Amino acid sequence: MLKILKYSFYDLMRSRWSYVYFLFYLILGFVLLFLNNDVDKAVITLMNIIIVLTPLIGTIFGVMYYYDSKEFTELLLALPINRRKIFMGQYLGISISLTLSLLLGLGIPFVLYGIFKSAAIFNFSLLLVVGTFLNFIFVALSYNIALSTENKIKGFGYAILMWLFLAVIYDGIFLIFLVVFNSYPLDKFSLIATMFNPIDLSRILILLKLDISALLGYTGAVFRKFFGTNFGMLISMGVLVLWVFLPVVRMNLKLRKKDF
Amino acid sequence: MIEFKNLHKRFGKLIVLDGLDLEINKGGIFAILGPNGSGKTTLIKCLLGMVIPNKGEITFDKNSVLGKWTYRNNLNYLPQIANFPPNLTVIELINMVKNLRPKASNEQELIELFGLKPFLDKKLGNLSGGTNQKVNILLAFMFDSDLIVLDEPTNGLDPIALIHLKEMIQKEKEKGKTILITTHIMSFVDEVADEIVFLLDGKIYFKGTVEALKKQMNNDNLEHAIANLIAKQYA
Repeated sequence: MLKILKYSFYDLMRSRWSYVYFLFYLILGFVLLFLNNDVDKAVITLMNIIIVLTPLIGTIFGVMYYYDSKEFTELLLALPINRRKIFMGQYLGISISLTLSLLLGLGIPFVLYGIFKSAAIFNFSLLLVVGTFLNFIFVALSYNIALSTENKIKGFGYAILMWLFLAVIYDGIFLIFLVVFNSYPLDKFSLIATMFNPIDLSRILILLKLDISALLGYTGAVFRKFFGTNFGMLISMGVLVLWVFLPVVRMNLKLRKKDF
Repeated sequence: MIEFKNLHKRFGKLIVLDGLDLEINKGGIFAILGPNGSGKTTLIKCLLGMVIPNKGEITFDKNSVLGKWTYRNNLNYLPQIANFPPNLTVIELINMVKNLRPKASNEQELIELFGLKPFLDKKLGNLSGGTNQKVNILLAFMFDSDLIVLDEPTNGLDPIALIHLKEMIQKEKEKGKTILITTHIMSFVDEVADEIVFLLDGKIYFKGTVEALKKQMNNDNLEHAIANLIAKQYA
């Protein structure tokens, strides 16, 4: 598996898009820091970008890599390698290379700015941790979609829809529910509804840490009331781990019966 | 050496293999023929573990292959479409496959034979279709395995490469290897194959030597004999 990981990683590291992605974060980091001149504010702006953008890029890279390397995967499948290891290697290769673009792209400007001397270091690290989680989650989800969809165009469509649903539509539906059923106690409902969306969960996780009540919103407030700041963070972190784990399990189950 | 027993495979409503039984003995060149969509590639992919049959059993050297992968150490496969990672160079790909498969290999000889030396440092995405196929063939022949499976090996090859390919197939046969080939080019079959396996409607319709087929069909031309075989089914 490590060998496959290594080659997928090298292959992606040489693709132009990895650099575009890296440069984007690099420029974003510099611009935010030197225009804002305030690390805390930069972290909040970054959060808003990261929780929408990393899922999108993870989704697109995931499906793109799967369909682009389909024939090559077939060649690997004919070699004496367990097929589970091939796909796990590819999955980790994509996730790690995307994560590296994120970490380096944002890390460099922040380190140059002097993040290590600032109190915002923990907030910033949490941001990177959440970004990493989102990469692993959305690459896994998009790989699931690609594995289940033979047609490339359809696969792309479903993957983008999945992202759109979790990033935008989900919140809309959630809000409608809150408005329509506002005469009922909605604490538990909103808690559970948040767990089912990794993007919402990430947002709450960061906002709990940043401790900005104004941005916390309804679910965030319920979250804090219910679990407290530390326990709430622990819970949301745990659920994020589940969000990585479950799609990976389903990927392995799908692989057992998949024809190539 | 290989045995397929009562093999069934369907894709949705389409039945591709329908209770297929086939035994292939060690040594010799076997051509798997059949009209488009008769299940040739599916049969091969079942053997490789890429397609999982709905029912039936496949054994390789007396061991079941279903759900296993170690047996593939003793077989080489040439896929129909060669599409490699575009960002890797030819030499990197060769080294990678070698690395993934720790086994003696003779790639230098084949690089010479196919004149691939000037392309070694080129990226795979920039190669022509024929050169791609040469790399593909090189990867399939560089390891020493008892079974070699070739799916449409003649695709896009220039005449010289084709001659080299035929020589290589003969050489492997002399070493006592078993070679399975699918192709639509009958002159190629006539030239290299020892035995023909003819697939139709997911079953084996004919298995025997080229001569036996010509005799049975009363036709000295293999292409026409095969055409007659298919026509009989349509009638």
